[in-house]
Amino acid sequence: MSVSAVTYPGALAPTRQYRIDADGVQIAVHEWGDQADPPLVLVHGGFDFARTFDAFAPLLVEGGYRVIGWDQRGHGDSDHAALYSFDADLRDAVAVLDHLSPTRPVPVVGHSKGGALMIQLADALPSRFSAVVNLDGIPSKRPFPDVAEHERTKMLAGEVAGWLDHRRRTATARRKPGTIAELAARRGRVNPRLPTAWLEYLVTVGGIESEDGWRWKLDPTMRFGGFGPWRPEWALARLPGLGMPFLGVLVTETEEMGWGTLPHEVTPYIPVAGRLEIIDDAGHFVHIERPHQIAEMVLDFVGDATGGRP
Amino acid sequence: MTRITRLEHNRVSLALHHLRDPIGGGTERPLLMLHGLGESAPLRVPDWVAAWTGSIHALDFTGHGHSTLPRGGGYTSEILLADADAALAALDSPDHGGGICVLGRGLGAYIALQLAGGRAAQVHGAVLCDGPGLAGGPSEPTSQQFFAPPYLDSPPDRHALVELGRDLRPPDYATAFVRLAVTGSPLDEPITVTAAFRPPWLQAVVAEQGVVEATIAAALATYTDGP
Repeated sequence: MSVSAVTYPGALAPTRQYRIDADGVQIAVHEWGDQADPPLVLVHGGFDFARTFDAFAPLLVEGGYRVIGWDQRGHGDSDHAALYSFDADLRDAVAVLDHLSPTRPVPVVGHSKGGALMIQLADALPSRFSAVVNLDGIPSKRPFPDVAEHERTKMLAGEVAGWLDHRRRTATARRKPGTIAELAARRGRVNPRLPTAWLEYLVTVGGIESEDGWRWKLDPTMRFGGFGPWRPEWALARLPGLGMPFLGVLVTETEEMGWGTLPHEVTPYIPVAGRLEIIDDAGHFVHIERPHQIAEMVLDFVGDATGGRP
Repeated sequence: MTRITRLEHNRVSLALHHLRDPIGGGTERPLLMLHGLGESAPLRVPDWVAAWTGSIHALDFTGHGHSTLPRGGGYTSEILLADADAALAALDSPDHGGGICVLGRGLGAYIALQLAGGRAAQVHGAVLCDGPGLAGGPSEPTSQQFFAPPYLDSPPDRHALVELGRDLRPPDYATAFVRLAVTGSPLDEPITVTAAFRPPWLQAVVAEQGVVEATIAAALATYTDGP
């Protein structure tokens, strides 16, 4: 399969691509639409990259916006860094916002981890945000609440040892190569609801081809799971305090890459200037499953929040 | 100048300092020293660990001493745990009976606790001592700002000082590592706290089964003579 043969209906490459310096780490920025239009910022989730918005962003451009996304460190075309953390991602986000709009607040749409990042940043730097849309990115408590203490200890032992074993291999790790179809099939295991044509398209924009095949650009240091002191539900504590217009979107179909947050867990925490929408029969990548519906929802919401659609 | 072994951990080159060979008369097990926040490995064997009979080593954590200063921060105690695990992999050997003893100062004490839990079968005693960065940050999220400190091309990395000076340390997270250590260690009391200062995470650790309070000399004597 050649790259030119891989297309996806409605998907458009960014209009402009460049890199900015975030304290020594080069962050790749991707923009769709006219530079003179008002900005609308998209923030991708973990293990994703900005070009996963190739089909969604053009719909927001049609709505009159200059749409900007960036690859988080270690993802897409950004540098593979020595260190990764939530705080580092937040600082990188501030570097991008400083570049885009140093003085005026902007509307942001965050998906998954990108949504969780933006809840925390909007709480810390509220003056930078005119509206926040969160697409299935409100963390909730970890599963297995009823696991006995000794079982919990055993699970943690396995997680820590597994992670340390992984870290011992990172100095020489490379991603497994494959054909476009093979990489798409692998991603399909964690994106079971997305069409093969979309996953194959993602390989061509989120992967790189060398002599032995395609590899995802994602830093091989990145790994699912893990452990640490942070608790997903702590993000909820920051949510009710947000003062800017807030739209939360949850889905009814749970998937491996989502938090599986349920509406009743979030409802008590919705801020006074916020609302929650539930999308039936949709999964974690709701903006890819239902691009037109979600784009229209975002355009209406951001338009209302910022004084009318452009 | 001590002899330095370079350890590759992801994109960071770590400096593991060899401070002394075994002196005989007791265990051959290595002692690994972990420095406090903003410190680096000592240049010679400190008097307060000289009685250890096995070899003595000290690691420079990422962003400290002779290890790489990465750009852009992103420090977590878990990354430093993996630094310490790289040193464990380099030092542990069946030739000396297996396992190593770990002594940490301040932040290094917190990392020693995590290593004792994460590699319970290989850590033959963890000694938690006073030192910079012992307190860490709060036990739960607080208001935060996200600004990068100015970059300086000399250790310690300012990002490390900021990020590891305020990393979240919930007491029940710390005690989870104690339970891992007790569950997986051949020792009944694999953790000794010598620190006079007891931030909340360390107060919780001291209250756990399998943790004893003692002087550094007594702790090293125990782990030297142990099985």
